Amino acid sequence: MHVDAGDTAWVLGSAALVLFMTPGLALFYGGMVRSKHVLAMMVQNLGTIAVVSVVWTLLAYSLAFGPDAGGGFIGTLHLAGLAHPSAQVPGFNLTVPPLAFATFQMMFAVITAALLTGTGADRMRFDGFLVFASIWVLVVYAPIAHWVFSPEGWLFKRGVLDFAGGNVVEIDSGASALALALVLGRRRGWPRDVMAPHSLPLTVLGAGILWFGWFGFNAGSALAANGAAAQAMVSTQLAACTGLLGWLVVERWRTGHATTLGAASGAVAGLVAITPAAGYVNAMAALLIGLLGGITGVLAVAVKFRFRYDDSLDVVGVHGACGVVGTLLLGVLAMHGAGAHLLGEQALAVIVTIAWAFTLTYLIATAVQRTVGLRVSPEVEVEGLDTAIHAESAYDLGNVRAGRMG
Amino acid sequence: MKLITAIVKPFVLEDVKGALEQIGVLGMTVSEVQGYGRQKGHTEVYRGAEYTVDFVPKVRLDVVVADDDAADVVDVIVKSAATGQIGDGKVWSTPVDELVRVRTGERGPDAL
Repeated sequence: MHVDAGDTAWVLGSAALVLFMTPGLALFYGGMVRSKHVLAMMVQNLGTIAVVSVVWTLLAYSLAFGPDAGGGFIGTLHLAGLAHPSAQVPGFNLTVPPLAFATFQMMFAVITAALLTGTGADRMRFDGFLVFASIWVLVVYAPIAHWVFSPEGWLFKRGVLDFAGGNVVEIDSGASALALALVLGRRRGWPRDVMAPHSLPLTVLGAGILWFGWFGFNAGSALAANGAAAQAMVSTQLAACTGLLGWLVVERWRTGHATTLGAASGAVAGLVAITPAAGYVNAMAALLIGLLGGITGVLAVAVKFRFRYDDSLDVVGVHGACGVVGTLLLGVLAMHGAGAHLLGEQALAVIVTIAWAFTLTYLIATAVQRTVGLRVSPEVEVEGLDTAIHAESAYDLGNVRAGRMG
Repeated sequence: MKLITAIVKPFVLEDVKGALEQIGVLGMTVSEVQGYGRQKGHTEVYRGAEYTVDFVPKVRLDVVVADDDAADVVDVIVKSAATGQIGDGKVWSTPVDELVRVRTGERGPDAL
């Protein structure tokens, strides 16, 4: 196979950009929880990087991108352990080394699993979540990645378009988050008690890192340093901006205030919405998709109060809802092939992804809850996960502390 | 001896401290506290969810003074802390039975 130096440099750099999104997510989410749970949120994200990268290497990459086992449903274990690194990835015509592609896609699996920490904020066990995430990547993420991203996948073959993971990352994590929230149950005191973010500056920093990393996520998904990458780059920036503006305008209209958290959330909502479309739409369409993403996000985060499920940091509202909006809009706004047929295929992908992710996540989470345990005890939840599970405090602001033992 | 306790707005602390120094008060203890009286809190909005934050940040001063000085000290605090706006706080005094300076063991008014 032919390896292009420019393409390879871009994909390798993009892989690092996408990795950086998960520590960014730790800050984004960490700022939104109460100060007694912030370290638990961060270490769940760091732990996710570690376990998902290992599981990806051992099995999940091959299930997602290995030679199709039949019907476009799942890959075989031919590439398990990242075997056969010099052979072309099945179905692709890559100009980058397969290991560059495998590493880039590894970071996608990491961030998608990490998104689920947001729905389980303040009440999820560290060990239980890592077990859950390991199984989830194999059973939920890898098949959906195979269907949509692998040219041998059944949705790919039907013509479904997903440039950088509107289905595979956003709708997948949103639907999974809903199932996880239902299995975990509501936080004690929600929605009556005040559970305000403890540090929005951390959240803004995290949103900035996500925004930055998203250039690798979207423009890197061109898998080459070419025009599609440039198209995705500009789409990404424009949608983040109109997403931010759309969220703030609606928020100002509904509550009377344009908030910092709204700006950070709106940018992410716009980025989510453009993810499936980034390299497939022109700049004007990107402006519109981002705007509708931001508006969708600010309206969707209110739904959980109506239906009383505690999706704590709005993974369903932001990633699920805005992912659906972007995926469907692509059906009518794509530069090539837009129309009723494409819209129908996009809708099929949305429905299948939601059904698979929701059902399997519900089963995995229930199984982990009944064996390892997924939800902490009420005492731990009240004390705070940081001191109770991890024996640490994020902020040592006073000087009245206990002495050292032993 | 009397313990004078004052709950005042945080930004008047320097004025109150200066006024007390002028009448010879030699020390005080200050803490950051939260509470509410007639002044209600404020509303915060996070992703559309509105929270009413009832407790307003205030500064609490504690000063122990001789019985004869108590009325003056209360007056000085009230005068220097007043803005005329709602939320100016409260001042009250409590009898003190015993006072000991830790360093020297002096007791009663000598320890002031």
